[in-house]
Amino acid sequence: MSVYINKDTKVIVQGITGGTAKFHTKQMLDYGTKIVGGVTPKKGGTEVEGVPVFNTVQDAIDETGATASVIYVPAPFAADAILEAVDAELDLVICITEHIPVMDMVKVKRYMEGKKTRLVGPNCPGVITADESKIGIMPGYIHKKGHIGVVSRSGTLTYEAVHQLSEEGYGQSTAVGIGGDPVNGTNFIDVLDAFNQDPETYAVIMIGEIGGTAEEEAAEWVKANMKKPVVGFIGGATAPPGKRMGHAGAIISGGKGTADEKIRIMTECGIKVAETPSVMGETMIKALEENGIKEKCKTH
Amino acid sequence: MNIHEYQGKDILRKYGVNVPNGYVAYTVDEAVEAAKKLGSDVTVVKAQIHAGGRGKAGGVKIAKNLNDVRTYANEILGKTLVTHQTGPEGKEVKRLLIEEGCDIKKEYYVGVVLDRATSRVVMMASEEGGTEIEEVAAATPEKIFKEVIDPVVGLSGYQARRLAFNINIPDELIGKAVKFMTSLYNAFVDKDCSIAEINPLVTTGDGEVLALDSKLNFDDNALFRQKDVVDLRDLDEEDEKEIEASKYDLSYIPLDGNIGCMVNGAGLAMSTMDIIKHYGGDPANFLDVGGGATAEKVTAAFKIILSDAHVKGIFVNIFGGIMKCDVIAEGVVEATKQVGLEIPLVVRLEGTNVSKGKQILEESGLNITSANSMADGAEKIVSMVK
Repeated sequence: MSVYINKDTKVIVQGITGGTAKFHTKQMLDYGTKIVGGVTPKKGGTEVEGVPVFNTVQDAIDETGATASVIYVPAPFAADAILEAVDAELDLVICITEHIPVMDMVKVKRYMEGKKTRLVGPNCPGVITADESKIGIMPGYIHKKGHIGVVSRSGTLTYEAVHQLSEEGYGQSTAVGIGGDPVNGTNFIDVLDAFNQDPETYAVIMIGEIGGTAEEEAAEWVKANMKKPVVGFIGGATAPPGKRMGHAGAIISGGKGTADEKIRIMTECGIKVAETPSVMGETMIKALEENGIKEKCKTH
Repeated sequence: MNIHEYQGKDILRKYGVNVPNGYVAYTVDEAVEAAKKLGSDVTVVKAQIHAGGRGKAGGVKIAKNLNDVRTYANEILGKTLVTHQTGPEGKEVKRLLIEEGCDIKKEYYVGVVLDRATSRVVMMASEEGGTEIEEVAAATPEKIFKEVIDPVVGLSGYQARRLAFNINIPDELIGKAVKFMTSLYNAFVDKDCSIAEINPLVTTGDGEVLALDSKLNFDDNALFRQKDVVDLRDLDEEDEKEIEASKYDLSYIPLDGNIGCMVNGAGLAMSTMDIIKHYGGDPANFLDVGGGATAEKVTAAFKIILSDAHVKGIFVNIFGGIMKCDVIAEGVVEATKQVGLEIPLVVRLEGTNVSKGKQILEESGLNITSANSMADGAEKIVSMVK
């Protein structure tokens, strides 16, 4: 078991004829992901990496039976690509594109109310269930199959955490990058809830960063609902206030969203927080030991 | 992106937000000319810099006649203002806003921001105008009222009225306040603002509702469709290295330390700063080369880091996903060839195309210390710089 995706998930790539999308389509196919089609307007009838290209998402679904899509469409057109995927009633849409205007995402969020589609991202590395399906841009080789769920606002920090876990011999169930934008589709609580219900996930690492209050809300949810140990990390403890640290979401403003405050609340809610980014794996192992599930989680 | 108060008021005026008449002036003579054109009894001379707290720092003066305008313009132009937002080095005033004075009855606050919790735009208003909203939020949060706005319908009349009544705008001015708020919201959405703050909004003796100040910030991601906003950029207000970085779409923020950092991904870049601090070092910058960086972009990033005289060592920390390690390696090699490298360089590579990347660095013959993990790299660079 896993969350959101598995070896049977049929995926289409929106914007498949772009350079980045082509490269990652090949990487995903090599990993074993069932990429069944691509979409680029006016390129219907062509092929990329042996994958058929369609003009519209609906055409692609009709021909391939896809239930998920991954979006590499450039930022000015990415919101429209999400809307098209939601309108076509895909179960899952993963948007990799960064730099989407926030007002576009406000409209997308509003449009998605009451719709069946789950959006992950934008500005995220994607979702991977090790050895089954990789949808996104993460380097596949660092991921090992196992029982630790990973959820993160930051792409490269996710890789860092996964790499540490794999090196120590603790595989992952699914790793979900929710993205660094202030308005996104799936939040920490959605993913924590999914991991809570997934019988193959025994523990979760949640990686946040400064800005907003998503980590605090997630921590309160963990305290009230989570049946499995949760370990955390917050990036940006030394970032100066008022400066936007790359991610549109990562800014300390008006004394809110500091790492100290997040770490304090997470700790209060029973989440063990790693002191530095290089001990995320170690901190998880300690938590597994304390919960008596260290051996059960050791996979290799 | 940030703009000046006078530029913000120009934009707001176009959307029907009531603002005082005024002109920008770059010289003392222009200031006096502007005051003549306004012909008002009282004229306000306002320093234009991208920072708040100008009044307290002596950057805002009330002139009763043209002589006063000349005196104050002379005094403020070229002066370095130090406010709580400029940092200790302050900012030099190169532009003035010459504005007609008004008879202020009461000051209020109105602001428009994105609310992350609801993923919607929120308008906030308060009776406590003139003070910073963060202070009001801390001391008397009950005095701040909020309306969450549905993007489909925009700010509804009833919402604007509710705000106006809540902050005790006099009954006879409710209509004008509603028009003001609606126009402000329209400007915010249409121009892709990230913040639109009017502090203070004032009511006047002659029954007007006016924006006495304006602070507009814009969503950098939307600038591609806001060309007229991009034209308002004032490079004098920005750090030279930040300007250079923005040419290459690099996310760069200078800091006070001496260890230059080049990282991919904002989260990892922040965490790299954290871990350098953890080992007793001090980062000289935040630099995220982003996802789709080319070797050329990496070269530019490297040059920007090296142009900071405080930098005594560089730590490159890359975990490639969309970013390929060989591209980073090529960029590093190219940059060191172009500008030379006399300080220690520690490189940690992991992720997509890692072996290709490591091979390029090894074959370059450059004096590069490689690291196995970010902790290892941080420890090495900190000890080499000390």
